[in-house]
Amino acid sequence: MHLIKGKGFRGGVHPPDWKELSNAKAVVTLPAPEQVIIPLSQHIGAPAESLMKVGDAVKKGQKIGEAKGFVSVPVHASISGKVTAVASFPHPAGKSLPAIQIESDGLDEWSEDVKENPSYKNLSPEDIKSIIQSAGIVGMGGAAFPTHVKLSPPANKKIDTLIINGAECEPYLTADHRLMLEEPDRVIEGASIIARTLSITNILIGVEDNKPDAIKAVSDAARSYEGVKVVSLKVMYPQGGEKQLIKAVSGKEVPSGGLPMDVGVVVQNVATAAAVYDAVRFGRPLIERIVTVTGSGVNNPGNFRVRTGTSSLKLIEAAGGLKNEIGKVISGGPMMGMTQYTLDIPVTKGMSGLLFLPQDEVENYASEACIRCGRCVVVCPMGLLPNMLGIYAELDRFEQAEKANLMDCIECGSCSYVCPSKRPLVHLIRYAKADVMARRKKAA
Amino acid sequence: MSDEKLLTLSSSPHIRDGSSIPGVMHTVVMALLPGAAMGIYLFGLPALLTIIIAIASSVALEAWMQWIMGRRITVYDGSAILTGLLLAMNLPSSAPWWLTIIGSMVAIIVGKHLYGGLGQNIFNPALVARVFLLISWPVQMTSFPAPSALLAKGVDAVATATPLSAIKMELMSHKTNIDITQLPQPSTFDLLLGAHGGSLGEVSIIALLIGGLYLLYKRIITWHIPVSFIGTALAFSAIMWFVDPAKYANPVFHIMTGGLILGAFFMATDYVTSPVTSKGMLIFGVGCGFLTILIRLFGGYPEGVSFAILLMNLATPLIDKLVTPSKFGEVKGNG
Repeated sequence: MHLIKGKGFRGGVHPPDWKELSNAKAVVTLPAPEQVIIPLSQHIGAPAESLMKVGDAVKKGQKIGEAKGFVSVPVHASISGKVTAVASFPHPAGKSLPAIQIESDGLDEWSEDVKENPSYKNLSPEDIKSIIQSAGIVGMGGAAFPTHVKLSPPANKKIDTLIINGAECEPYLTADHRLMLEEPDRVIEGASIIARTLSITNILIGVEDNKPDAIKAVSDAARSYEGVKVVSLKVMYPQGGEKQLIKAVSGKEVPSGGLPMDVGVVVQNVATAAAVYDAVRFGRPLIERIVTVTGSGVNNPGNFRVRTGTSSLKLIEAAGGLKNEIGKVISGGPMMGMTQYTLDIPVTKGMSGLLFLPQDEVENYASEACIRCGRCVVVCPMGLLPNMLGIYAELDRFEQAEKANLMDCIECGSCSYVCPSKRPLVHLIRYAKADVMARRKKAA
Repeated sequence: MSDEKLLTLSSSPHIRDGSSIPGVMHTVVMALLPGAAMGIYLFGLPALLTIIIAIASSVALEAWMQWIMGRRITVYDGSAILTGLLLAMNLPSSAPWWLTIIGSMVAIIVGKHLYGGLGQNIFNPALVARVFLLISWPVQMTSFPAPSALLAKGVDAVATATPLSAIKMELMSHKTNIDITQLPQPSTFDLLLGAHGGSLGEVSIIALLIGGLYLLYKRIITWHIPVSFIGTALAFSAIMWFVDPAKYANPVFHIMTGGLILGAFFMATDYVTSPVTSKGMLIFGVGCGFLTILIRLFGGYPEGVSFAILLMNLATPLIDKLVTPSKFGEVKGNG
């Protein structure tokens, strides 16, 4: 049997998912834009270093920024044309960061480095990993952690399972859903390539059961693969959190402070798997992705395949324009996404969605005292006491917070979501974490 | 494009589940209404007046305290209404107006604001007030008018003993052959409806259970405290009943008398003064149930619910310190 049932995890919440806005909308591929702004930092780790100067001609798929160190990846031109600026531009991270601006020549020509490898099935694990890094592939679920790093566990960590994350538990987002439904073969083939780099065959694909069509598509596609199983997961946020997913799919608990590899697991997002397939088979670097553009602030929510570096203004246009007065723009989902200070930001490798909330859906909360109702304790998927962490942070008692397992928090937002006193618990926890990390850095 | 428009920047999450402090407080008040309504039905106008005086004075005192202490005025959040209503439900319907107001003063000023206001108090404010009044004005606090409504089948509205105090008096009499089973006690049906003497809001078990189930249904409370509280009281009183039914009343009688149901669903479950973890709540409930029966059977007072809850309130910080949830990933060596 290829389909098994997930085991679940403790805690979690059930926010309304709003996926009906876009989950029936097939992915629309947008034409190459006239201009892109490619940030040099679209991943966790050291930003890439620009290889370009103003006036240089570039082709689609050409490397324009070099990885700096192991935990880093290069960036590539997503259109062909001419470099018009190497400067700081607004970035979804919330400030202006170095980027390369390219003006299109209208030809959309591939670089000659990009060629299909007919014998890609015979590549060695080391070759595949190096292709994955030089293709600039990062975790596309949102965190954007360089994929090759996750595929290079130290020799003493025995990996036995690859988990492909198709949970997509964030409300509103449907990009992974549509990818699994429309192109399951790319996902499965990509997953089996990733498994080969780890010299394993055991692949578990976790999908929440609110996407029965995607579960069916992926299960059908997986039929011809040995060792691939689809795990249907009960809808519960944050099912797609790495540690929660591993627990729900395999029953294993990543030890506190540890990594998935400590329980023999590597987790990759479905879109990442598809990107690996494109890179290893066709030699295409990561220069496009599916973005869900949604929320009641746009006229026609939908899923769009766009080049990295495309302005969000293009996505707004594709989604039928804005309606109502926009109060909040969120890159990602409403539980963990980041608010934006401008409507014009470039699409990055990790941008799974753009959520437009009109003014009347933006609530301003006055935070009250904790009434000790304990709801945050019930929903915390990490078994923490968010109430106490919030109070410690408020009083600047960072060491006490650290002792209360502050650093285990995955910032999923479940605690803030349920708090009747509207306490900004995740915000307070981040504030305390920043201090603890600064002190640890100093001590190191 | 629309650069002139300002976008809101904030830390995630960007959605909330819609719960609020007023929402919680008003739901609990709603859940208390059947019990309060039965109190008014059974004890008439004095019960209604006591409720009105308690709520009005609690709200006024809360506003005044917030004003003189320079705190944000949050009197509209419903917590003072709830404290006032709970206090009234713990008083005899015959309580004089000044006694009720003193109760509100103790609850709101001493029980709540001297600790720092909402969320900061150690003890349940309404119970602090009740116990203060009981110790200071024992006569007024233990004269319970008999229910005057039709249910009581023509009993005059004179002071009457509660079912529990009748037993305590029998036990404390120096008779040679004590047998509490011979005492005239209300029928189980009357206990359920509330047709017997007692505090105005504690007598009608059926009305309180409806409210308690409503709180469970609305997920304002969880089952942990009521079940462990009532379960422990049931078990402990059952054991003693087996030992000597002539001295110790049967467990069902214990559950249906005094303030046990009111306490288990509405007082012991007070968020601020009970533990935050489920395991902690179970310990808390067991403690409440055990202490209640211990005081009823072996203490000087006929009723022990208030004392039991207050003692367990005292233990709450310790329970919360010792009983923490098991952290994800704490179990090493799995897989």
